[in-house]
Amino acid sequence: MAVELDVFVGNTTIMDEEVYQLWLDGYTVNDAVKVRMEGGVLEEFEASADVLLSDTMDQYRTFQMCERLLHSPAKLANQLLFQIPPHRQAILIERYYAFDDAFVREVLGKKLSKGTKKDLDDISAKTSVTLKSCRRQHWVQFIGCDGFDNFKRVFKVVEELKGPLVENIRQHFLLSDKLARDYAAIVFFANNRFETGKRKLQYLTFQDFAFCAGQLINSWTIGAVDNMVEDMDVDLDKEFLQELKELKILITDKDLLDQHKSLVCTALRGKTKAFNEMEANFKNLSRGLVNIAAKLTNTKDVRDFFIDLVEKFIEPCRSDRWTASDMRLYLTHYTNSAHILDTFKHQVVWDRYMGVIKSCIFKMYHD
Amino acid sequence: MPGKLKAKIVAGRHLPVMDRASDLTDAFVEVKFGNTTFKTDVCPKSLNPQWNSEWFKFEVDDEDLQDEPLQITVLDHDTYSANDAIGKVYIDIDPLLCSEAASVISGWFPIYDTIHGIRGEINVLVKVELFNDLNRFRQSSCGVKFFCTTSIPRCYRAAMVHGFVEELVVNEDPEYQWIDRIRTPRASNEARQRLISLMSGELQRKIGLKVLEMGGNAVVGYLQCFDLEGESGLVVRAIGTACTLDKLSSGSAPNTNTHVHPNTAPASNACNSPSKDGKEPVFGEDLPSFSGPPTPFRALPTSSSSPPPFSPSKPCSRQSSSSDTDLSLTPKTEEPLPVRCRPGIFLCPSSPTLSTDTLSLPGSGSVGCGHGSAPRATTPPPHSSVRSDSALLRKSVSFTEDLLLAASGMGSGGSAGKEAGPLKTLLRQQTQTALEQREFPFFTLTSFPPGFLVHVGGVVSARSVKLLDRIHNPDEPETRDAWWEEIRQEIKSHAKALGCHAVVGYSESTSICEEVCILSASGTAAILNPRYMREGCLDIGSTDHRFEEPSPPSCGFCHIPYDELNMPFPAQLTYCYHCRRQKVPDVLFTTIDMPPEAAVTGKGCLIQARLCRLKKKAQGEVNATAISNLLPFMEYELHTQLMNKLKLRSMNALFGLHIQISVGENMLLGLASATGVYLTALPAPGGIQIAGKTPGDLSNEHHILTIQKRINDTITKNKELYQINPPELTEEVVGSPIPEPRQRSRLFRSHSESSDELSELDLSHGKKDAFVLEIDDTDAVEDIHSLLTDAPPPTGFYSCNTEIMPGIYNWTTGVQMFTSVRVFRLSNANLTNQGLNKIFTDLCENLLKSFYFKLRSMIPCCLCHLNFTVAVPEEELIQVAVTAVAMTFDKDQTQEKPADKPVTKGCSETEEQLQFPLELCADSSSITTQTSSKISGVPESTNVSPRVSSLERSSPLPEGRSRSLRSNRSFGGSSVPVVKMTPLSFLPGTRIIKYLGIINMFFIRETTSLREEGGVSGFLHSFIAEVFAMVRAHVAALGGNAVVSYSMKECVLMENPNKNQAQCLINVSGDAVICVIETDQESMPSTINVVQTCSSGADGAT
Repeated sequence: MAVELDVFVGNTTIMDEEVYQLWLDGYTVNDAVKVRMEGGVLEEFEASADVLLSDTMDQYRTFQMCERLLHSPAKLANQLLFQIPPHRQAILIERYYAFDDAFVREVLGKKLSKGTKKDLDDISAKTSVTLKSCRRQHWVQFIGCDGFDNFKRVFKVVEELKGPLVENIRQHFLLSDKLARDYAAIVFFANNRFETGKRKLQYLTFQDFAFCAGQLINSWTIGAVDNMVEDMDVDLDKEFLQELKELKILITDKDLLDQHKSLVCTALRGKTKAFNEMEANFKNLSRGLVNIAAKLTNTKDVRDFFIDLVEKFIEPCRSDRWTASDMRLYLTHYTNSAHILDTFKHQVVWDRYMGVIKSCIFKMYHD
Repeated sequence: MPGKLKAKIVAGRHLPVMDRASDLTDAFVEVKFGNTTFKTDVCPKSLNPQWNSEWFKFEVDDEDLQDEPLQITVLDHDTYSANDAIGKVYIDIDPLLCSEAASVISGWFPIYDTIHGIRGEINVLVKVELFNDLNRFRQSSCGVKFFCTTSIPRCYRAAMVHGFVEELVVNEDPEYQWIDRIRTPRASNEARQRLISLMSGELQRKIGLKVLEMGGNAVVGYLQCFDLEGESGLVVRAIGTACTLDKLSSGSAPNTNTHVHPNTAPASNACNSPSKDGKEPVFGEDLPSFSGPPTPFRALPTSSSSPPPFSPSKPCSRQSSSSDTDLSLTPKTEEPLPVRCRPGIFLCPSSPTLSTDTLSLPGSGSVGCGHGSAPRATTPPPHSSVRSDSALLRKSVSFTEDLLLAASGMGSGGSAGKEAGPLKTLLRQQTQTALEQREFPFFTLTSFPPGFLVHVGGVVSARSVKLLDRIHNPDEPETRDAWWEEIRQEIKSHAKALGCHAVVGYSESTSICEEVCILSASGTAAILNPRYMREGCLDIGSTDHRFEEPSPPSCGFCHIPYDELNMPFPAQLTYCYHCRRQKVPDVLFTTIDMPPEAAVTGKGCLIQARLCRLKKKAQGEVNATAISNLLPFMEYELHTQLMNKLKLRSMNALFGLHIQISVGENMLLGLASATGVYLTALPAPGGIQIAGKTPGDLSNEHHILTIQKRINDTITKNKELYQINPPELTEEVVGSPIPEPRQRSRLFRSHSESSDELSELDLSHGKKDAFVLEIDDTDAVEDIHSLLTDAPPPTGFYSCNTEIMPGIYNWTTGVQMFTSVRVFRLSNANLTNQGLNKIFTDLCENLLKSFYFKLRSMIPCCLCHLNFTVAVPEEELIQVAVTAVAMTFDKDQTQEKPADKPVTKGCSETEEQLQFPLELCADSSSITTQTSSKISGVPESTNVSPRVSSLERSSPLPEGRSRSLRSNRSFGGSSVPVVKMTPLSFLPGTRIIKYLGIINMFFIRETTSLREEGGVSGFLHSFIAEVFAMVRAHVAALGGNAVVSYSMKECVLMENPNKNQAQCLINVSGDAVICVIETDQESMPSTINVVQTCSSGADGAT
């Protein structure tokens, strides 16, 4: 004796956000039922486990049928099969494309097409994100090989589009601004293959990187100067990277270096406890930053951009126990003082470079 | 060549990839109507093709326009091989043929393939130019409006209700033709879909012709069904109520149809030769003449005097709907008496048993037996059996002559009593023309304009078991016609038996298993106000009072239409608790919706009786006989269950009763659903008493006591739950004037197999007082348990199977229509009847629980129009399909509004009532107290609201939807317009401003990859979603934003998991409408705006 068939279809598609999340998280129907029972829906509503099972099955089926549409969210709005109120559509899409920061942090910068199931297991073990959750369909596909995942999907679409990356993602996938930015960051990182996995970088969260990616996209890509080129927001502006070499003068020219140092020290004196350390380390730090700039023409060095920032700048400062405001103070004066150097002619490049560096370091410098 | 059909193919979107190599599709479109086909260009390599074709023009007869659908096929062009079909769209252009409906069809339609489901969408524009007035000799009936709605549609006024129309057409089922062996499943499915579409078109056209003949212009309560008889063919049949409808100006309130001024009624059609002027004076004169002794019924002063005089006049006094001039009247008139069984129900083929056990008339037992044989495969005409009892019965009839007169003078009798012979003849002449066309005084309507329904007798039903044989000549469907004819005759005679001349809330259905077919018909015997049958019928405002004053609207319909003196069984009649002037039965069963003016105490609820009966597998006649032998027992059991459950809820009336008996190879399923209410006019139901068969056994007695206590507790709990607080005083009041204050309806719980025994038992307990349940064996215990296992809906929920819940008035706009299907597999082959019953009951109960759970975000809400359909698709399988709508209401006003209503009503009634009681009896004071206590009873209902309020939470869904209802069209083509669907005839909070035409769609879906589609559940889930989508798309293309009176008539699922296959057929229907948010009356301009945006939106979408 068994229920052979059991369906419930509403004219307005009924979906429960909790069940949707469970589905997204890769729970099987039975596990989802367990979670829901523990959540107390039953007592709240005098229902039996059968009722929950039936409800969960209905919703899982609905989600499965919707998934095809979610792959190109614009379709969800003008498909006829499901009558879903617009605000629910938005929730469906946003949740579908939402991801776990800890998880995505692990795969950030990895080549998207590579990856094996083993990687998935490793990552899962590492991030304490349950394997089930990783297996959430699009994640499996992200790591794995069977076809398109959310990132690849986004990747594929934006690859062929002109115009600002974030805006394209938002329009094509109907995502919120925040989520669109995160996706842009992922795409950007994947494209430039930034190294994020090194031990020294482990303390940085996905949001830290996403912020930096935003900065880079806004200021260092071709899109920052020309907004009608393909891949404008994905590739760094080659010309700019070339120009960065000019900054070397700041450390190669002894006079300039000393002058710069004295300007910065004058400005900082008495304003911070870490003044002595700043004064002592000035040349080292300045060399670090300028060298990073000068090397960015090499793809390899671009990849190491974040690790370099940490090694050459953040770590020394941290060992000297700078506070975040020390950092702010120092970098502000460091940047501004360069403008006063009369022999230094590369103000524009300097600003474009330091603007990004400043905000990245602020973000990356955790007390 | 009276019409030009024009179609334009605009664009496609979301097409499937047909060419794997390029991931693209080279689509083109074929547009076919009749035998003419046009093609668009190929739009290469696109999944979103823009064809923007020229206008394809078809010049066709309007007959074809009615029958044929426009067929649009989307194909993928292939240079080297045959073009692949992507899918099809069938567009029924009927709505365009009626000037008042839609003028253009324009929008996105899902492209449907019977194997793959929906595959993309296509944007189409369709128009029709009709050349007018070739009306004379036509075969077509363009312009006749069809409504599924079983009441007068909201923006119309009924100028005249002509009566019953029916038609059926038969054909061979393509699925069973020889060619089916060589064609693809797709071709076969499409042939079937097309054939059924053609047949429905033809059927509708033929019915339309009948309506035109009758002088009507519309069919209301149109009910079309398919009988898939397998080898023996395909029957499409329809019934409806022909009316002459007048459109109300768009500004008027929806209910205006009920308040039309007498003389504004436009002369309606031909068939009413009688002059209105002639008739009215006649009626005027009646009044005085009636006050005379023989017919005190109308005379206010005497009305409460003594019961006896009533009888003769009653049948005479309201009549007229029936066209019946049948010769067999005499016997029929009397046959009623036995039938007038207590509960007011007359169940037909079962009547043998039912009548025997319910009546104490000994003779009727044998009558019943004779009857019982009737339904067999070789049904003798019902007349014969009826006639056979007539002699017997006649003896008990004292007013034969009068009754005869009344009955035969149906049309006229209305006015004239027996004493008014000449008048009667005159009236008969006047109405004859109209009546002649009405062989059956049946009405498929379930709710009526005020004043239409005078009295309700009770439920009448008839069933008959037939053996199917191949339909040899599709053009002469006589056999099927004859079958239905028999059934209808039976119904008609049952109605007569209840002293009624008409049947309302009438419906017909079939259940087929292999070669056996059960035909069922049921309705509510009633007496209607004759004015509606005649010209200018809606003059209620003026005439009604003169006429029907003795029956206040809120209780009049409860008054018995039959003759109390001649009841051959102990009567349970009492004086109406509302007006105190007429007799009412203790319990009232009906198939109609509760009249809006009826006064109820508390809230109603869904009551279901469920029953399974095992049956031996058999073939042919043997099988048919076995089934017909079982039917009476099933009806009896179902009826008993209903009664018990009704009493358990402390209610006294059932509305919307629908009894479905479904046949399978090895079992019969019976499901009776109805909405129980406590009608204020009827006496309070007595309790249920448990009696043991073996007194003296102590443990047994104890057991009985426990059960009794549980039952009593349940009753108390239910009273509280449904807020049934009938005025305490009632009892006292009743005490004096009414001889039998307490109700003593009684049913025998007995599993006896022989009718003799039953009648004996019945007699022996004839004088007991309470409703007694006897526990004499385990079966009975089981039954009582099942009685008590029905869980009440959770707090915040109500449920009913009528349009709306009696006792809830303040609906808000949240609406969620849903369809749910469950199939249960019985794995245990050795099930008993009891075991089956339990499974079946649990199945239904669990379904309800599921609904409550799923819809919990809508609390407080009510599941309305819960329509359960059961089937036995295969041996060991039980299928239950439910369509219903959940509607939110404002719990804050729950107490206010009802309070309002009864109070105002109560006041006016009190005034009215005071006049007579003061004159008649000294009890007037008690009556006033009664009324007031009734009113005060309402505030008590507030107890519940705090509970509800704690559960109240914002329900974002309904809100969102209501918002979009307002704004959906403004999005134009980009966004999909929201289309609401509801099985009700209205959407709360909105006003229907236009009916765009009937939606009647039939789909087949088949799969050969069942597992891949998620098993049967996945398969059916997506199919139902697709059907909804297609209905919505069609409605939106007609410019509508809602479907009302939606129903899923058929859902036939066949599966073969071993072969990984399944097939499903679904038939849905409804009325496409435009409705606008109901705002203040002043906001007329805004509604007009909405209409304009609607139409402009439609244009924009092109």
